Amino acid sequence: MTQPITSADQAQENVAYLRALKELLYQLADDDFIIAFRGSEWLGLAPHIEADVAFSSITQNTMGHAVMFYELLEALGEGKADKIAHERLPHERRNAVYFERQNGDGQYWEEPYYDWALAVVRQLLYDTFKKVKLEAITNSSYKPLAAAAEKVLLEQSYHLAYWRMWLEQLQNANADARSRIQQRIEEAWSCIGDVPVLGEEKDAMEHYALVSSESDLKAAWLRAVTAIIDTPPNRPFGQELGNGRIGEHTADLHQAIDTFAEVYNSDRKAVW
Amino acid sequence: MTEKTKRNAVEAVLKTVDDPELPSVSVWDLGMVHKVDMIGEQVQVTMIPTFSGCPALQFIERDVQAAVEQLAWVERCDVAFSMDIPWTTDTITEEGKQQLKKHGISPPPEYYEPGEPWTVDCPYCGSGYTSMENVFGPTACRSILYCMSCRNPFEAMKPVVRTRKTLTQPF
Repeated sequence: MTQPITSADQAQENVAYLRALKELLYQLADDDFIIAFRGSEWLGLAPHIEADVAFSSITQNTMGHAVMFYELLEALGEGKADKIAHERLPHERRNAVYFERQNGDGQYWEEPYYDWALAVVRQLLYDTFKKVKLEAITNSSYKPLAAAAEKVLLEQSYHLAYWRMWLEQLQNANADARSRIQQRIEEAWSCIGDVPVLGEEKDAMEHYALVSSESDLKAAWLRAVTAIIDTPPNRPFGQELGNGRIGEHTADLHQAIDTFAEVYNSDRKAVW
Repeated sequence: MTEKTKRNAVEAVLKTVDDPELPSVSVWDLGMVHKVDMIGEQVQVTMIPTFSGCPALQFIERDVQAAVEQLAWVERCDVAFSMDIPWTTDTITEEGKQQLKKHGISPPPEYYEPGEPWTVDCPYCGSGYTSMENVFGPTACRSILYCMSCRNPFEAMKPVVRTRKTLTQPF
């Protein structure tokens, strides 16, 4: 059992602890960051104006959560939050692969034939997972992270309630809506296997009580998801697109980085 | 000047610094001031951010610093945001609630359970005959509602409170 660690300086005294903590923080930060980026690409395209306001607000808040986690990394000596968010290469990123997938066919600036069923299913899967993982972190041995998790949970309940409402309404709508949702769920099931994975530092994370165990996370998430989805696939999660927790990513992440870092890369020394 | 006089002076100033997105509602009354430390002519204000995605934090930091440094005896004021305790809407003062209403924003409901539907009375006519138009509003901390009694759209602060349910049973 690890004694509570209350500051970044203290965390830096134990190399193995620090390595596991940073790995966990990158997972949290990169998940929020890429989900918020994909969310931002929906701006102006949601089915109606209230959904647009809601999705934008959720996305802005989620980006704020990513910033909090990147700032915790900054305090641990990883460099400026802006720099870590924008400059890291795909293989250095730890978000789960499913969250980097493009929103549908086309690009934001040209013919964005985005798919709302994908958005609803993905956001629902993400926010149920985020809640489960952050709850598993509220007792973390790293107290600055435990405090951040508690703060994020207070705000995030609104995000989850929103996507849950959409999913339930579409599941209870006509056959077309139900089949579109089900298709996106089946597709997700084949590639969300890396989401609850803790990666190469799993043993150290569990040993140092940074987060609950990977098997508990997975079980809690599955329970949460199957309580909301009418007909969850009766098969284990797959990892068809790879394991983002060990740096395996798709071309979609390259596209995302090229887009969100375009302004940043045009003048890296600019002061904002 | 005694310690107490100085502290009162700083607090009085903090009550005049408005939230940039809620004119007439001070950061003090929103419950954002965690503590004030003073060493001689130096003041350290520790604040609690409201919503973490709030883009106004840097403006608030600048405004608080500038306002406190207006005090003749203050040589320097530093402002820091602390994550140690999460901000909740329970910390909004009575004065804050009154000022929010004047701005057309209802204060958050009391006894709210996170994730549950909620409603508030109209800040203009006081009627409870209102409907939620959008939980998400113009800023992260506000929602959009409609009063069916006086037929005015209005806003409300989203309740942000710790859950009363146990954390191990999330659903």
